[in-house]
Amino acid sequence: MTTIAAVAPAAKPLKRRRSLARDRRWALIFSYFFLILFAIFFLAPPYYMVVTSLKTNREMVEITSNPWLIMQGFTLEHYKNLIENTDFLIFFKNTIIVTLCVVAITMVISVLAAFSLSRMRFFGSTAIATGVFLTYLIPDSLLFIPLFQVVKSFGLLNNYWGMVLVYPTLTVPFCTWIMIGYFTSIPKELDEAALIDGAGYMQILLRIFIPVAFPGIIAAMIFAFTVSWAAFIYPMAFLYRSDQLVLTVGTVTSLVRADVFQWGSLMAGALLAAAPPLVIYAFLMDYYIAGLTSGATKG
Amino acid sequence: MVEATQSAYAPALTSVIPWRRGRIARVLRRRSTIAFFMCLPLLTVIGGLVVYPALYAINLATLNKAMTKHIGFDNFAFLFTRETFWMVVSQSAIFALTAVFFKALIGLITAHLVNNLPAKGQRKWRGMLLVPWVMPLSLSTLGWWWMFDPTYSAFNWLLALFGIGKVAWLSDPYWARFSVILDNVWYGAPFFLIMYLAALRSVPTDLYEAASIDGANAWQKFVHITLPMMQSIISITVLFSLIVTFANFDIIWVMTQGGPRDMTHIFATWAFKLGIQSGDIPLGASVSLFMFPILGISAIFILRGVAKRSREMQ
Amino acid sequence: MAEVSLNNIIKRYGEVIAVRGINLNVADKEFVVLVGPSGCGKTTTLRMIAGLEEISEGEISIGGEVVNDVPPKDRDIAMVFQNYALYPHMTVAANMSFGLKLRRFPKAEIKARVERAAQILDITDLLERRPKQLSGGQRQRVAMGRAIVRNPKVFLFDEPLSNLDAKLRVQMRTEIKRVHQKVKTTTIYVTHDQIEAMTLADRVVVMNDGRIEQVGTPHELYHSPRTRFVAGFIGSPAMNFLPCKVERNGAGLVLNLAENLSFPMPADLSARYGKAVGKPMIFGLRPEHITEPRGGAPGEKSEFTANLDVVEPMGMETMVFFRIEGTEVCGRVEPTSAGGPGQPMRLRANLNHMHLIDPATNLAL
Repeated sequence: MTTIAAVAPAAKPLKRRRSLARDRRWALIFSYFFLILFAIFFLAPPYYMVVTSLKTNREMVEITSNPWLIMQGFTLEHYKNLIENTDFLIFFKNTIIVTLCVVAITMVISVLAAFSLSRMRFFGSTAIATGVFLTYLIPDSLLFIPLFQVVKSFGLLNNYWGMVLVYPTLTVPFCTWIMIGYFTSIPKELDEAALIDGAGYMQILLRIFIPVAFPGIIAAMIFAFTVSWAAFIYPMAFLYRSDQLVLTVGTVTSLVRADVFQWGSLMAGALLAAAPPLVIYAFLMDYYIAGLTSGATKG
Repeated sequence: MVEATQSAYAPALTSVIPWRRGRIARVLRRRSTIAFFMCLPLLTVIGGLVVYPALYAINLATLNKAMTKHIGFDNFAFLFTRETFWMVVSQSAIFALTAVFFKALIGLITAHLVNNLPAKGQRKWRGMLLVPWVMPLSLSTLGWWWMFDPTYSAFNWLLALFGIGKVAWLSDPYWARFSVILDNVWYGAPFFLIMYLAALRSVPTDLYEAASIDGANAWQKFVHITLPMMQSIISITVLFSLIVTFANFDIIWVMTQGGPRDMTHIFATWAFKLGIQSGDIPLGASVSLFMFPILGISAIFILRGVAKRSREMQ
Repeated sequence: MAEVSLNNIIKRYGEVIAVRGINLNVADKEFVVLVGPSGCGKTTTLRMIAGLEEISEGEISIGGEVVNDVPPKDRDIAMVFQNYALYPHMTVAANMSFGLKLRRFPKAEIKARVERAAQILDITDLLERRPKQLSGGQRQRVAMGRAIVRNPKVFLFDEPLSNLDAKLRVQMRTEIKRVHQKVKTTTIYVTHDQIEAMTLADRVVVMNDGRIEQVGTPHELYHSPRTRFVAGFIGSPAMNFLPCKVERNGAGLVLNLAENLSFPMPADLSARYGKAVGKPMIFGLRPEHITEPRGGAPGEKSEFTANLDVVEPMGMETMVFFRIEGTEVCGRVEPTSAGGPGQPMRLRANLNHMHLIDPATNLAL
């Protein structure tokens, strides 16, 4: 609302202008009004989760009290319970290991491939680039059954290293695709200049392409991170023992009990599990959005 | 490229000393060999973990439950006789079409609203409205599930303020269908918002200025400039979202597990139930194979849209 | 320091032939400019010398050594690109020293070379900046600096000034010439701007459609173009071309431009153009040789009256445009003597500077 006040003084000068300025002001008020409504819709669930996770069980079961507010004091007991009495930290550790490995593997594979596909051109390279995009369009829920057999044949069922094996199918195609876009947008003269300066292919990649396309690298890393952090159907299908579970599946399966009074811990778990992607998003929003939107156009 | 260059060399090479030709060819071969090796990890991942499983799924779908012998198309024939299968088909269609429609609509509206704001505030609003897309879906769905809880539903408490009685959000099949769609719209609309906002900004402002001078009002500007300029990005986003929504698993699995009475099952969840939970892998594979044609057709249109958009952006 | 020679160079892209046999010798320390319209193959030729394009046929040697199969980094050349191609993530100093670092030069040597080059180009205060913080002209200097520090056998310039605005272009042109006079490295320079070519070059190579039209000093190209293309390409405004007939009139020749417009040819040219008699010819005369009558007797035989279509005052002179048999002709006259559009004006053609071109071969006689 402060922004409206800041804009208002512009409405002062000439009479003829005033109507135009007033129109614009009404448009702005209109926009803010509806945006606030949408923001309430979009932020209500996370807000409600926060409220629940900080509320005492006693207040939660009082049917008459307002569920959207905390009236009887905050409590961290749900978080304490989550850390002390559940395998949450194990899930967290597993997820971190899996995610970091997947991000590293993804970046190596897609940066190499994108460099090769965007610059070096060889027999079938355009077909591969198209194929990469098509692969990105294949959803995970299509392949989990045959992949179940594949993971089983590797002896990795119920082992989080199996996730390191299969998650790259979710991350590599899109990361390669956006890296192709970023690399293609680097002017060709730049690698020619480097070639004349005496650089080899690997030096061009490491000393020119990666630093110049750094925003793209960050965007691809964020994507790989959020996708492997949030992956659900693969761990749901391939993991079941609680020492091997990752956060998404662990929170959904092992924290949900018949006992209703676990709601607080469940919400605390869901929030903590969702926190790392949110934190990364908060700090690197522009890269995140650039990566998201660059998928729809080449370069 | 390699063949093209070689064929260009072939006819008129008489004037070139032979050993030199060999060397050039070798250099060329070396360059493309390096390029190929750089792509090899990618090809291994795609070939071994996408293409092979996809073909393997077809093989799996023709096995019997014990996976001991091929039974041809019996699994498919069996599915056609099941009432649940047809329910899954219609629920998948309802779920995907309704959710995508509302996601696109809300995305378009919010993108315009954000675009109306002064440039300084846009970033803040955009950042706030994208939160649902950033939260891992299975975890945010837990929040929705809790809001729909039969005893403590936060929504029912709000409705009670207006004197409306309790709604059985997840135990009534039709309300359950509504609930999963609502969650999906909540999750997916921000993605549309971001895509449309980027597209809106890529429309050159002088077009709007020219239209103002030609006497167009806001609605005419929207119809004659904004929509045509955004047409390809809208269709790409819609088709893409159609695929993702159609193949959704997280929401329904966390919220209803397909119930009540299997009424909220869509392909992915039903395939999971049959293939993983009940252990009938061939039948599960058959169910997921039904997604292929629909996804394939959407993919072709997306590819065409992307090519078109890339041409427009140049 | 080295000479460069191109021996019957051909470049094909599949079916398309971009360069159709180039023979050229560039002497040590020489400044040679390749000029021509876009698509004439000049940039492709330069890129083949750099090693960025494969040579389809022929041989290129630098310093007496055939370099066809030598990769660019081992050819000991440096190149300045049209868009400068500065590494955006490196400082100016790092940009200039990148090539030396890759070649593992000792640190002190690199530093000394960068400083010397920066001094020559007057960019010493910019060394710690990044390309984004530089103006177009400064980027251009850095790109040249990157070439100079390497101290290569040959400098290659690929339209380096075409992204600068007109004023800066003139300034940088002088700068390039100054640098060449200082470092005296063999230079091959590509441009589509004939004025740039004329002002910079020791020798100009005019290219068209993948072939060399003419090689010569700027003076030679201007005053004795060998083909119609060169005659029309060099000089601004361009040379006037008119279809004509040459007829014999006693001892001399008469140039017949239109039904009632014919001039007697100067005596010394009559001998040279004797074989043109009776054939359709193209008459070429530069605008500066069509002026108001200056000096001499009034009523000289190459005077005529023209109805002016357009008059363009330029300050120190005025361009007048008129038509002869439908073809537009341009003349350059004193500002005070030019009439207004639609008015007749008395003009004189200085036929001592005329060219005759055979339309069958497009060669000058």
